[in-house]
Amino acid sequence: MTRNAFLRRITPQLIILAIVLGLNVLVFPDFFDVEMKNGRLFGNLIDVLNRGAPTALLCLGMTLVIATKGIDLSVGAVMAIAGATAASLVVEGNHWLVAVLGALSVGALCGLWNGFLVAFLRIQPIVATLVLMVAGRGIAQLITEGTILTFLDPGLIHLGAGTVLGVPTPVLIWLTLGLFVAVFVRRTALGMLIEAIGINEASSRLAGINSRVLLVCVYVVSGIGAAIAGVIVAADIQGADANNAGLWLELDAILAVVIGGNSLLGGRFSIVASLLGAMIIQSVNSLILLSGMPPEFNLIIKALLIIAILVIQSPKVGHLLYILRASAPQPHPKQLPPLKENLR
Amino acid sequence: MIRSTHLPLIVTLATFVLAYALCAWQYPSMLSLRVVANLLTDNAFLGIVAVGMTFVILSGGIDLSVGSVIAFTGVFLAVVLRDTTLHPLMAFALVLVITSAFGAAMGSIIHYLEMPPFIVTLAGMFLARGAAYVLSTDSVPITHEFYDALQQVYWKTASGGRFRLIGGVMIVTFLVGIMVAHRTRFGQNVYALGGGSATSRLMGVPVASTTIGIYAISGGLAGLAGIVFSLYTSAGYSLATVGVELDAIAAVVIGGTLLTGGFGFVAGTFFGILIMGLIQTYIVFDGTLSSWWTKIVIGGLLFAFILLQKGLTWASTARRKVATGFVTPS
Amino acid sequence: MTDERRPMLQAKGISKFFPGTVALDNVDLTLHGGEIHALLGENGAGKSTLIKCLTGVYRRDSGRVLLQGKEVDPTLTHHSQRLGIGTVYQEVNLLPNLTVAENLYLGRQPMRGPFVDRRRMNTQARDTLRDYGIQIDPAQPLSTYSVAVQQVVAIARAVEMSGKVLILDEPTASLDHEEVQLLFSVIRRLKDRRLAVVFITHFLDQVFDICDSATVLRNGQVVGRVDLATTSRNDVITLMLGRQLAAQVRAPKPKAGGNTLLQIEGLQKTGMLNRFDLSLNEGEVVGLAGLLGSGRTETANLIFGAVKADQGKLTFRGKEIQLRNPRDAVAQGFALCPEDRKTDGIVGELSVRDNIILALQARQGWMRKVRRKKIEAIAEHYVRTLDIRLANLDMPIRLLSGGNQQKALLARWLATDPNFLILDEPTRGIDIGAHAEIIALIGRLQQDGMALLVASSEMEELVAYSNRVIVLRDRTQVKELVGEEITSDNIIRAIAADPQVEAAV
Repeated sequence: MTRNAFLRRITPQLIILAIVLGLNVLVFPDFFDVEMKNGRLFGNLIDVLNRGAPTALLCLGMTLVIATKGIDLSVGAVMAIAGATAASLVVEGNHWLVAVLGALSVGALCGLWNGFLVAFLRIQPIVATLVLMVAGRGIAQLITEGTILTFLDPGLIHLGAGTVLGVPTPVLIWLTLGLFVAVFVRRTALGMLIEAIGINEASSRLAGINSRVLLVCVYVVSGIGAAIAGVIVAADIQGADANNAGLWLELDAILAVVIGGNSLLGGRFSIVASLLGAMIIQSVNSLILLSGMPPEFNLIIKALLIIAILVIQSPKVGHLLYILRASAPQPHPKQLPPLKENLR
Repeated sequence: MIRSTHLPLIVTLATFVLAYALCAWQYPSMLSLRVVANLLTDNAFLGIVAVGMTFVILSGGIDLSVGSVIAFTGVFLAVVLRDTTLHPLMAFALVLVITSAFGAAMGSIIHYLEMPPFIVTLAGMFLARGAAYVLSTDSVPITHEFYDALQQVYWKTASGGRFRLIGGVMIVTFLVGIMVAHRTRFGQNVYALGGGSATSRLMGVPVASTTIGIYAISGGLAGLAGIVFSLYTSAGYSLATVGVELDAIAAVVIGGTLLTGGFGFVAGTFFGILIMGLIQTYIVFDGTLSSWWTKIVIGGLLFAFILLQKGLTWASTARRKVATGFVTPS
Repeated sequence: MTDERRPMLQAKGISKFFPGTVALDNVDLTLHGGEIHALLGENGAGKSTLIKCLTGVYRRDSGRVLLQGKEVDPTLTHHSQRLGIGTVYQEVNLLPNLTVAENLYLGRQPMRGPFVDRRRMNTQARDTLRDYGIQIDPAQPLSTYSVAVQQVVAIARAVEMSGKVLILDEPTASLDHEEVQLLFSVIRRLKDRRLAVVFITHFLDQVFDICDSATVLRNGQVVGRVDLATTSRNDVITLMLGRQLAAQVRAPKPKAGGNTLLQIEGLQKTGMLNRFDLSLNEGEVVGLAGLLGSGRTETANLIFGAVKADQGKLTFRGKEIQLRNPRDAVAQGFALCPEDRKTDGIVGELSVRDNIILALQARQGWMRKVRRKKIEAIAEHYVRTLDIRLANLDMPIRLLSGGNQQKALLARWLATDPNFLILDEPTRGIDIGAHAEIIALIGRLQQDGMALLVASSEMEELVAYSNRVIVLRDRTQVKELVGEEITSDNIIRAIAADPQVEAAV
């Protein structure tokens, strides 16, 4: 994609984000103030970036999964499993790096399971990932034995509550990973091939694309992203809560992807737009908080805003725009140039 | 005649019978009518909401809002009965109208704005839960003599089991659901939508009214489930019934309905509910098993049924084209 | 067809505009009861737009439609059905999950009180379908039956609901010979029942076989209405194209004397292909002839590894190779343009550029992205050499016409510089202009030394470019024709060695 096309792609998300941030400033004029206290950046903007980290991390994998015409309902449950794994590993006295690696492996394993069901057993993604969504929290509770497993390991806690050069670690993690994935899928052909299998898997397979491996890959990425999010959430509260960690976050992640303008029917995707979507959701949360409205209004306002955003982006409206754009009769060149021509 | 489309239903039934036999073999007291009565009472609200979910899934959609709608209904009833002098029956009627209208509104958005049901009902889930919060964030007890009267309606068996009113409401809901799904034009239109909405439109199925009707039914039944749940708990709490939509979806799938729509039976969902209830009862009887095994076992069952349906689909496509018979035109 | 003077359906001066184009320009169409009328024209001539205007899928911008003398203006498909105009499309528009009877009676089920009377519905369905010449259990799901049976059920539904005009939009495209005959017998009965039937197809044979008259469209205008009993095939083609094309189809047919490239021995898969042997030289075009369902497409898919064979030995340039999937085949320099462009060929939402580069990129692996400059060079090169007509390379490929999509798919494979190109029905469903260009391209590729295997149902086409033709029947290789033996007559004779088919052809 050229730079112009890229900007055009994320313009709606940028506008919406600007509006929501503007509303934030309206209700809380000091919204953009950022200050350094005790070697740590403070401010509402930093909070948005920090609290949005889990959703943003889930978004990365979810965008790729949705681009393949899939969906991953299990990420919330995988977060709980990963958090429980990391907590139980440090509680058993392992080094925090071992715990993190363990959690990531478990996340990858969950992704492998989902990917196997989708790519090899050919089960519809929504159905395949529902299995882990239902069973996953049970598995997490099995690991924590039904309690909230608390820990005091400073290394692990640092991932959720610490800072690096004043920036909260979660912000650094999701920004780095997000940038890496967004650039990686476009610098390689991965992005295009994922889009191809999302649009037409039969054609892609016949064109020589290894669709099964790619499908498994996107679910593994989703699982690993969920595991990182799960570790961060657990580290933040210094404990693994199998019941509530990542609860309904899969829905936030899917919403973020949709607000990012990616079609649930698969195909063209933009990671950056999804990440913006995650930030839009978090800014809405912040707006409700800052506006001083009673917290019980949170959900209802969020729901209404989301409905408004979705209606604006609804395919019906998009379809109208599309019809206006797509009509181009073609010229008619006559003489055919020679077929074999040196291309290299 | 037994057809391949009936097989999932038969497997569901067999699973239930087998599971019950196993339970009874290990704990003979599970065979008592008391256990059966409790099974019906404890799962009444889930059963009712699963009937609506069956319609939605048969049509190829999904409704994530039902858990929140149940909670909203409970809080609404509790607040109305606390703050006004409205008779509960009036409150019931009012809440059924509200929840059906809510479902119909979601159906309209899904149809007219061509948005995926998953996303629309997700927003609906937030909205209904949010509305419940706005009404009250605390658990509001319901004390009304009419409620006490309704709770006293039961049929007592010799062994001490009580078949309560709400279990009966669930069974009636299932019976009506079965008739509507399999014996009315609306029901046929639901199956038609599940087979393909573009084709249905070409065949003259009133897609708009059917889609709206389906989600209105699901919303209305979630309202009814909310009433039943408030009778069951005598309270309304905005944090109640979180995740019930997942249980309902699981019951529908374990009941043999294809999650992609078009194939399945309302009666199957009934046995799906009973199987899930049985698992919980077993864990209670066992006493040593932790509650999270429920989730894991249900997840496993879900997987088994999904595999079964996959296998059936493969088998039926392999068999296709063989069963043709031409007669010479006369 | 002359006894009823008043036409069943009359469309007068129908026009339809789309942004930038005139899809229909003042079109007239007259249909009589008891008449089978063909609607002919190249792709894009306006046939389907006209049908959609008649059935209420589109609103016409001007003109009148008279049904039995009364003006009608349907705005929805089921309005037009209720008025008496029923339509059956190529892809069966019924619901596979419902039973045959439910499909037949959806929306007008026999009722008893508020409930559907299933028993009566099934009995009625059985009786109705018997009238159409098929005897099946209507309580079974539709998906248990073959496409032909489904097609007949669709026709029965359309006729039972409307009963005046029946529009058949390419109903035979996915049927084999016998099934087409079944369908024709059904259509002839409807003619006897005084229905007006509109028949749209690409197969001129079928038009002359069953139709009485025809309206020919070109570029949205009616260019002629003809009585088929007194009109020659050439005249019809001339009307459709506005130019004589027959001569253009003949491509030069050079030598076939290269080295052996590929040797296939005993390729087989149960239920798809019995046994297939072939030795293919460089610069040779081998045609694959046979009726639909004879194993043409299956052969192509098995050689390409799209379907895994039960057994068979492939020797490529003297070395034995194993093809477990298309990837293995592409790695050897094989290429396959599949029969069904839409479902197996194009990646609709991706740009034309991405579609052209797809196979090359897949072969290089996802890590090594083809460089931007090279992508542009390749895409522009093939757009020029193959004359792919498009607004720009960024447009989604699904917006291209059938012929241009096919060319883009050819470009996708030519970009991988293949040694061996398999074309499955390369000219199906594309207009005759692009048709001739693709045939000419086959000749050019052959001269460049490529080996080609072309499966086609068009005899004339096979005769034009093949060095050898292999004839398949019932999934078995029955005949190989070489050089002068390759004529339409010989191919048909080989296909029809079975006397029953011979009589029909």
